[in-house]
Amino acid sequence: MFESLSGRLQSVFRKIAGYGRLSESNIAEAVREVRLALLEADVNYKVVKDFIEKVKEQAIGQETLRGVLPGQQLIKIVHEELVNLMGVSARELDLSSSPAVIMLVGLQGSGKTTTAAKLARRIKKKGRQPLLVPCDTKRAAALEQLVSLGRQLGEAVYEPGSDRDAVSIAARSVVFAEDHSLDTVILDTAGRLHIDEELMEELRAMKSRLSPREILLVADAMTGQDAVNIASAFDKALDITGAILTKLDGDTRGGAALSIKAVTGKPIKLVGIGEKIDDLELFHPDRMASRILGMGDVVTLVEKAQEAIDQEEAERLEQKMRKHGLDLEDYLNQLHSLRKMGSLESVLNMMPGLNQLKGVSLGEKELKRVEAMIQSMTPGERRNPHLLDGSRRKRVARGSGTSVQEINRLLKGFEQARKMMKRMGKFQKGMMKMGGSAWQS
Amino acid sequence: MGKGIFGRLRRGLKKTRERIASSLARVFTGRGRIDEEMLEELEATFLQADMGVKVTARLIDCVREFHKSEKGLGREGLIERLEGEVASVLGSNSASLNVSCSPPTVILVVGVNGTGKTTTIAKLAKMLQDEGKKVLLAACDTFRAAAIDQLSILAEQAGVSIVRHKHGADAAAVAYDAVEAALARGMDYLIVDTAGRLHTKVNLMEEVKKVQRVIAKKIPGAPHEVLLVLDATTGQNALQQAKMFHEALGLTGIVMAKLDGTAKGGILLAIKQELDIPIKFVGVGEGLDDLEPFVPSDFAGALFES
Ligand SMILES: Nc1nc2c(ncn2[C@@H]2O[C@H](COP(=O)(O)OP(=O)(O)OP(=O)(O)O)[C@@H](O)[C@H]2O)c(=O)[nH]1
Ligand SMILES: Nc1nc2c(ncn2[C@@H]2O[C@H](COP(=O)(O)OP(=O)(O)OP(=O)(O)O)[C@@H](O)[C@H]2O)c(=O)[nH]1
Ligand SMILES: [Mg+2]
Ligand SMILES: [Mg+2]
Repeated sequence: MFESLSGRLQSVFRKIAGYGRLSESNIAEAVREVRLALLEADVNYKVVKDFIEKVKEQAIGQETLRGVLPGQQLIKIVHEELVNLMGVSARELDLSSSPAVIMLVGLQGSGKTTTAAKLARRIKKKGRQPLLVPCDTKRAAALEQLVSLGRQLGEAVYEPGSDRDAVSIAARSVVFAEDHSLDTVILDTAGRLHIDEELMEELRAMKSRLSPREILLVADAMTGQDAVNIASAFDKALDITGAILTKLDGDTRGGAALSIKAVTGKPIKLVGIGEKIDDLELFHPDRMASRILGMGDVVTLVEKAQEAIDQEEAERLEQKMRKHGLDLEDYLNQLHSLRKMGSLESVLNMMPGLNQLKGVSLGEKELKRVEAMIQSMTPGERRNPHLLDGSRRKRVARGSGTSVQEINRLLKGFEQARKMMKRMGKFQKGMMKMGGSAWQS
Repeated sequence: MGKGIFGRLRRGLKKTRERIASSLARVFTGRGRIDEEMLEELEATFLQADMGVKVTARLIDCVREFHKSEKGLGREGLIERLEGEVASVLGSNSASLNVSCSPPTVILVVGVNGTGKTTTIAKLAKMLQDEGKKVLLAACDTFRAAAIDQLSILAEQAGVSIVRHKHGADAAAVAYDAVEAALARGMDYLIVDTAGRLHTKVNLMEEVKKVQRVIAKKIPGAPHEVLLVLDATTGQNALQQAKMFHEALGLTGIVMAKLDGTAKGGILLAIKQELDIPIKFVGVGEGLDDLEPFVPSDFAGALFES
């Protein structure tokens, strides 16, 4: 089995974490890993290539962010670029005419007929009067399918009679809609291959006859590399106004979303998330980016870290660490930094690798107690915890409103952390910059 | 083999082959050693055919090995070697339908939404009918709007009979009746259409397992064939689909529909390599005659022939 994308990027992250600092060569390796990850998510090869170029350009020109690991920074840039590529915000349909004609097109079985019904419901909720039109005279029971869905919805379905010509059915349905004060005409067309010239011509004819407000490519979210060929062919023939991605309720990473947007420049407007008539949602590029990337949490972490961590402080600490090792004062400072980043647990959970560390269970409440304990120590004790004998521990416990057992536990944990940090070698440097959250192991 | 599916496939795959050839040409001209960047490009070429990361890695390893062990191997020789490798991934025998020694042979057809199950069933029915077999269809997709109507119309076109209940009926109950009817009427084949379902939906996977159980209870050893229909346009998710359906039902074969488009269907290699499920047929159009047996060596040949 393929590793999940998230898992893959975690391993990328771990590798980069080891670099300590960002350089052209180690970025090259990391972006190669990211490239493979995106390919696994079914983003088209060429799209990935262009995308990587863009990310590289950006990453290499940038200074290393304060308090952020290079790998995390890279992921943040990747995420930003993914969102940029797919559009920044959700887009509604343009229905600014009456009747507004919406044409649904796409490959066989992509979900057009189901989506037509979903759209009718959505549009009805916005106070409009839809008419569903079965232009698929090809597939067995295509008409019955739409009629049955219309009945389920209680919406009007155009009755084409014996007409077998999709374009003429569509044209007559618009007249029908005008006569019956229905303001939105939804055309369900037959599935077709983008290389079927004859059938593509039929769609062109339909378009020029009806000037639809929206021509939407209905595409299966599970589509692989071919998404670029499909999307560009439909776009070339019809100058589509956007796309609807169906079957996103499965476990596909949905890289096709990126491919379609990249080759057509047209927004993905809606997504299908189930077989039921209500299972249609607006498309959110940021959510899709996180889905394709699988690392939304790291992105959030970087954002928070950017605000909270002080670069000089991290460097000072790092130097000191190398010379004298870690003391309780640093420990407290780092805990403060972490506090600024939000709940400690959430921070730990956000960090790939760290969320798997055993024994990390420092809740918000515990953190406050640890803080109180350290604050009750003298500066000398903080620098040299060995000074803390039995009676001093009692004093600290009293002063902080905690118990000697808790002090013991703190000091034991701290000692372990100190040892671990020595062992962690290179990795330690990175973690120091992150705010020392690995110390609780 | 210029006609039929592999003629069509070859045309479709020619571009892939050309890309591979040109990548290879660059790998092997000039410096006479494999340059990492070139290998990456080659890797991307395989990935672009939806072959997936694992198979791609395997092929890339082959390129390295062949190059190391046989320095004189030219471009053509290398393509031949790769072709052999692909064929070995796909297996060596062409798989046909399992047949029960005591009829009816029951074929359960499953897959995610819209892949081409119902159409494939009609094609299979037509094929068997043309062979003089008595075929019965079971309309166990009682969920999707007009799925029963669709199968009924197609059954009529293929000239076979059908057992159907009302929309919304219990799929397992339809299967039960259909098996009884097949036994009573001395059918050679019973082909069971099921609703499209995503492999991630536990309740729907349970439903189709129940259909299988009901069939097995009435005829020990049935269904003799559990076919997963995949859409050639699908990317890496097809592997996940195969895995989950296999886990739930024990697949005996795969049909890949819609190979008449521009999608390469390279994921079949990954599926074969990982799950070793025989690939039995390919769909190459919407017509009832657009079904062809899958022949591994031809498929490999179509990918790499010059
Ligand atoms: N899980 C899931 N299934 C969907 C979704 N949208 C459509 N489907 C299913 O996909 C299958 C195909 O949907 P249709 O609406 O018939 O597709 P179509 O594009 O009209 O098909 P043709 O007319 O044959 O080209 C059906 O089983 C639908 O129930 C979705 O968002 N999620
Ligand atoms: N081009 C092409 N289209 C196909 C092929 N097989 C099926 N189709 C088309 O794909 C669409 C979906 O086919 P169905 O047989 O209804 O698919 P299904 O898997 O039964 O769909 P659900 O029951 O809704 O899950 C229809 O428009 C078929 O005509 C094929 O091999 N090539
Ligand atoms: Mg349809
Ligand atoms: Mg069906």
